[in-house]
Amino acid sequence: MEDEQSFSDICGGRLALQRRFYSPSCLEFCLSCPRITLRSLTAVTCTVWLAAYGLFTLCENTMILSAAIFITLLGLLGYLHFVKIDHETLLIIDSLGIQMTSSYASGKESTTFIEMGQVNDVVINEAIYMQKVIYYLCILLKDPVEPHGISQVVPLFQSAKPRLDCLIEVYRSCQDILAHQKATSTSPEGGDKIISASNRRSHSGMGAYWHRQEDKSEQDHDPASRIGHSV
Amino acid sequence: MGLVSRGAAEAGRGAASAVDRPGPPDAVPNPTPTPPAEGADPGSSRSPGMVLKAFFPTCCASADSGLLVGRWVPEQSSAVVLAVVHFPFIPIQVKELLAQVQQASQVGVTVLGTWCHRRQEPEESLGHFLEGLGAIFSHRPWFQLCRERGSKSWSCKATHWQGPASPAASGEDQVMLIFYDQRKVLLSQLHPPTALPDRQAGDTTASAGGLAAVFDTVARSEALFQSDRFDEGPVRLSHWQSEGMEASILVELAKWAAGPVCLFLACLLSLISAASACRVFKLWPLSFIWSKLSTCEQLRHRLEQLTLIFSTRKAESPAQLMRKANMLVSVLLDVALGLMLLSWLHRKDLIGQLADALIPVADRVAEELQHLLQWLMGAPAGLKMNRALDQVLGRFFLYHIHLWISYIHLMSPFIERILWHVGLSACLGLTVALSILSDIIALLTFHIYCFYVYGARLYCLKIHGLSSLWRLFRGKKWNVLRQRVDSCSYDLDQLFIGTLLFTILVFLLPTTALYYLVFTLLRLLVVAVQGLIHLLVDLINSLPLYSLGLRLCRPYRLAAGVKFRVLEHETGRPLRLLMQINPLPYSRVVHTYRLPTCGCHPKHSWGSLCRKLFFGELIYPWRQRGNKQD
Repeated sequence: MEDEQSFSDICGGRLALQRRFYSPSCLEFCLSCPRITLRSLTAVTCTVWLAAYGLFTLCENTMILSAAIFITLLGLLGYLHFVKIDHETLLIIDSLGIQMTSSYASGKESTTFIEMGQVNDVVINEAIYMQKVIYYLCILLKDPVEPHGISQVVPLFQSAKPRLDCLIEVYRSCQDILAHQKATSTSPEGGDKIISASNRRSHSGMGAYWHRQEDKSEQDHDPASRIGHSV
Repeated sequence: MGLVSRGAAEAGRGAASAVDRPGPPDAVPNPTPTPPAEGADPGSSRSPGMVLKAFFPTCCASADSGLLVGRWVPEQSSAVVLAVVHFPFIPIQVKELLAQVQQASQVGVTVLGTWCHRRQEPEESLGHFLEGLGAIFSHRPWFQLCRERGSKSWSCKATHWQGPASPAASGEDQVMLIFYDQRKVLLSQLHPPTALPDRQAGDTTASAGGLAAVFDTVARSEALFQSDRFDEGPVRLSHWQSEGMEASILVELAKWAAGPVCLFLACLLSLISAASACRVFKLWPLSFIWSKLSTCEQLRHRLEQLTLIFSTRKAESPAQLMRKANMLVSVLLDVALGLMLLSWLHRKDLIGQLADALIPVADRVAEELQHLLQWLMGAPAGLKMNRALDQVLGRFFLYHIHLWISYIHLMSPFIERILWHVGLSACLGLTVALSILSDIIALLTFHIYCFYVYGARLYCLKIHGLSSLWRLFRGKKWNVLRQRVDSCSYDLDQLFIGTLLFTILVFLLPTTALYYLVFTLLRLLVVAVQGLIHLLVDLINSLPLYSLGLRLCRPYRLAAGVKFRVLEHETGRPLRLLMQINPLPYSRVVHTYRLPTCGCHPKHSWGSLCRKLFFGELIYPWRQRGNKQD
């Protein structure tokens, strides 16, 4: 089952969120970033070539022109292969783990997989980014030493940077699967985690995080009223 | 269920053409209850709706029907299938084989369930037969995997026998199929993410359980994969098959000869290291020289590496094996580059040209230094120096340069011979040649080093004198006992003499400072050149080329983790995933497998370096350490 919605990112660009529902325990989200536009490409190429031509008129050396062409080509290839991310995918498999894939414009894919045993929770955090306050989705990893502590925060969708409405969609589905996984896990603390969900302390002193409600009827509430305060 | 009790073997043999074997129907008919099993596992708690994971090798996806053999991991509720046992078989022999494998590999290999590769619609009788097999090989949960030939539709279920008390309530769990490439998982080595520095390494293994257990199982069950598909044993297995043994005679000979050659080389190397450790070389002048020359350091490092490579002890862990391989490749590359350098030098007869050019270059350097000193003795940069001190220092240094030039001219007939022998040492490796180059630079600029030491000592004395007299000027004193500055009452004549000396030193300061500045800059230039050479030598020494090559050509051998891909999914069918190896990024390969080196890193930070320069303390940023550190 597949459906597609369109959202916008924090800068106003268009994003497309594709959700694939394979089974109640396996879900995939694919967020496509705005494509590279012809206008920006032309602008950069013209700037570089004009600068090279300016240098050429000063130095009368034709090597500068060929070097400029070379640099433009290499720069474009490098940009497509190392910098420009086409889409980011989040795959959640109940009882296996969470996998994040970034696909670059040249086809390269870089994947990270986190086992379910290491995942503490998935939350939405606030952050101050230049002059804005933005929201981002992140995975909290368990601390091997302290059972209820958090050792690391892994942010998701770093290049797409979607806005809060898109994040809420992803967050809800993730929480469904995590709740299902904790309910059916064989570890003895599985049951306790659901009960103590609302008493969890916040992670970063700088931001707030969203409390997870077991009562599904509260999902229709205005999200703004659910912002928790940092402890 | 007569099939189950006695005739399983005959029925199995009768079903030799397993290709046409229909499989059990999807809806399970309630089987006649048989008592569950010995080997049932009452401890595993089952929650309703739990999803079990079955790791299935891709090489068995087209195998004929049979039994699934593998390991059940209850903590992750996952089953790792290692092989498929085909019909016909005798259960006793299967159990014997599994016991053998279990003993050889310490892995709990059991029969996990049945595998069915059918072409047509299923038959009822075989369905019962396969169900009944669950009673012979009792295992909870009992898996039944089934695939239609020629299509991609799979079905699988796992059943739990509930026991005679509730015959109709044998529960079923959902199963998720995860395909894995057996050969790649067998050969790969998992690198867990780097632990945080304040954690012990042992703590993280607990959390890295899940997939590491799968890799571990497959890697340790190599004993199960020894049988070939053409073997005529009592039990026919289907699993990953190797392509065959190496048939090349040269490779076999090389393997056979490796043992004695290693032994011989190890003896030779131990002789050399014993000779170098003998008492003669520990006498004072020689030991001092050895510690200063970077060539000796490099040679010693290489000797240690070669001893490790050719030692007759086998490597205990994969990390040690990689280290040995990296060292061997590094030594070979070094020698190859050295030989290339040697051939290039000889082809263009560069050694003769170098020898001819060396003396004029040394002369030129000395001449430039003389000009510099003449400039300093005049009015350098318009500054007014103290005439008398200027002349004294300038003449002192000029005399030294004169000595130096005479010394160089004395050595000139022997230069070519020395250089030729030095060039020959390049066949020991490029790093040795570079170290010798660095040492030659140090020897040729020895006079600059001497000037720097003279200038620095003078300046240091002056600074200390100034600071102490400045304290006297203010009426204070340095208390050596308490290591602090105390006030003190001086006599009048003490104050008078102190102030006089202070004034003299202050007015002589610019001259000394200028000489110190000039020679320190020259010394820093030489040190920078030497530092670059050492950096290059360090790079060649420590780069793990074998690991990088392995990452390039066989990326599945070094695994950072796994990645999953969801295969075509139809509703009603189980979820199928493909597990692939996620290779280690190059930066982590270099970081994990770096070879230990002498470590010529500067010991000082920039701040402490500036402080030492200001106070005139001697700096040795690239000093070779006496005791080796990793």
